[in-house]
Amino acid sequence: MPLFSSRPRPVLPGFGLSMGFTTFYLSLVVFLPLGALVLKSFQLDWAGFIEVVASDRALASYKLTFGASFIAALVNMVFGLLVAWVLVRYQFLGKKILDALVDLPFALPTAVAGIALTALYAPNGWIGQYLSALGLKVAYTPLGVTLALIFIGLPFVVRTVQPVLEDFERELEEAAASLGANRWQIFNKVILPSLVPSLLTGFALAFARAVGEYGSVVFISGNMPYRTEITPLLIMSRLEEFDYAGAAALGTVMLLISFVLLLIINGLQHWSQQRHGGKSA
Amino acid sequence: MSSNASSRRATTEPTWLRWLLTAIALSFLTLFLVLPLVLVFEEALSKGWDVYIAAITEPAAAHAIKLTLIAAAIAVPCNAIFGLAAAWAIAKFRFRGRQFLITLIDLPIAVSPVIAGLSLMLIFGAQGWWGEYLNDHDMQVMFAVPGIVLATIFITFPYVARELIPLMQDQGREMEEAALTLGASGWQTFFRVTLPSVKWALLYGLILCNARAMGEFGAVSVVSGKIREQTNTMPLHIEILYNEYQFAAAFAVSSLLALLALVTLVLKSALEWRHARDLAEAAKVRSVE
Repeated sequence: MPLFSSRPRPVLPGFGLSMGFTTFYLSLVVFLPLGALVLKSFQLDWAGFIEVVASDRALASYKLTFGASFIAALVNMVFGLLVAWVLVRYQFLGKKILDALVDLPFALPTAVAGIALTALYAPNGWIGQYLSALGLKVAYTPLGVTLALIFIGLPFVVRTVQPVLEDFERELEEAAASLGANRWQIFNKVILPSLVPSLLTGFALAFARAVGEYGSVVFISGNMPYRTEITPLLIMSRLEEFDYAGAAALGTVMLLISFVLLLIINGLQHWSQQRHGGKSA
Repeated sequence: MSSNASSRRATTEPTWLRWLLTAIALSFLTLFLVLPLVLVFEEALSKGWDVYIAAITEPAAAHAIKLTLIAAAIAVPCNAIFGLAAAWAIAKFRFRGRQFLITLIDLPIAVSPVIAGLSLMLIFGAQGWWGEYLNDHDMQVMFAVPGIVLATIFITFPYVARELIPLMQDQGREMEEAALTLGASGWQTFFRVTLPSVKWALLYGLILCNARAMGEFGAVSVVSGKIREQTNTMPLHIEILYNEYQFAAAFAVSSLLALLALVTLVLKSALEWRHARDLAEAAKVRSVE
């Protein structure tokens, strides 16, 4: 395979074996199924494809999926920066435990998160009862979907910003202070600009994760078509109607968007690492 | 003195602001992380220990637990072998398309689990590419255990690889080259030099991979068919109980998975604290999960 020809003469053995196994496994586990998905959507002609992916119900689901994901990622960007800041700069009791707990949304199965959040925000739930007294409905509304997506995306910004903030050179702050800058100016003009690449990376990661999320959302959303139906759920209902081509068409659109997001994330990470002083090889 | 004081003021926040920021951060984390976790255990025990024990030992639950363990026990080692092979090829050698290959390995993290399940269905399902062949040979993949295992492999595919690649890349190849010069064979070099030097990162990847494998919901729910005592995993069992309004039972099974999540976090943090150096590079990229 000329695509994978190695440039320097390898001294180490095993390139052929490891590379061969990697491409074989990757093809079998990932490419073959995803290829089948894309090919299946070709069963529809162009007009039919558009009819499925641009139907009113599909458009409503994109609006909710991308809108709620965007808001959730934005909320996580603000609070993620705050949490990272507090964890890196301040000392308080139980800090290490809290630091470890930030990864809970990675470790907790999405179905468990889904039913727990639903129970919390249902009209008779621990938090929901106070909100419903204020006339605010959370569970079974787009707001509930957004809350679930905030939970899912919570660790990303914290974990991208934290290492950059830890390695930040305090001398720069001291220099700015001795030049007469006040605290807000230092934060705004010295610290924040160096965090921008990692903030954007975290935002993009949280957004990409939220767009595909299913488990935590199905329970809290109520799954009403046009109102609280996210795109992965619409795919699921197409499947239950045995409309495989329609499901595949929607899946192909989502897959394409995920792939573009992944390329953007890789670009952002590359930029972030360069700004970060080339610490990563 | 006064300039010293003012420059100190400019390099830290005033005390009231520190308190305020800490309070907001703690409230946010309590609201989103601590409360849901506490609620799971509270609801699980809301009807007493007897109901709790009954909910996790009844045949359907026991079967779901067993199936979840089986799926993870197959998927995690498969992905570990893949992770080692991929890391060896990508970290120790330079070739064209290397960066692109890393992006492709990350793909399952970005793809919606529902799409993963759907894709498998289009290959192995009755209407799928291989559906007829499988049917003729009396093999069932969809709505059966093999489908659940395949979906789990797909979803947890990158976790070991992405921990190992940055670390092995950072370690370079001098140690392996030295071992080879001294007469070790390729496999000896791998098992006695490479593997010990990445063992903590490997363990870290295995822990993350396992947590994801046991908790996977979306992809598995497409391919499983949710047949009780046959193709029901723990997360699917929770969904069924919840939809039947058996809340205490649903949360009881959930509490087992929440415990798994807590154990995962403890092990993960312990590794990060004790072997920070062996994970240093891996930790930097762990955020893409």
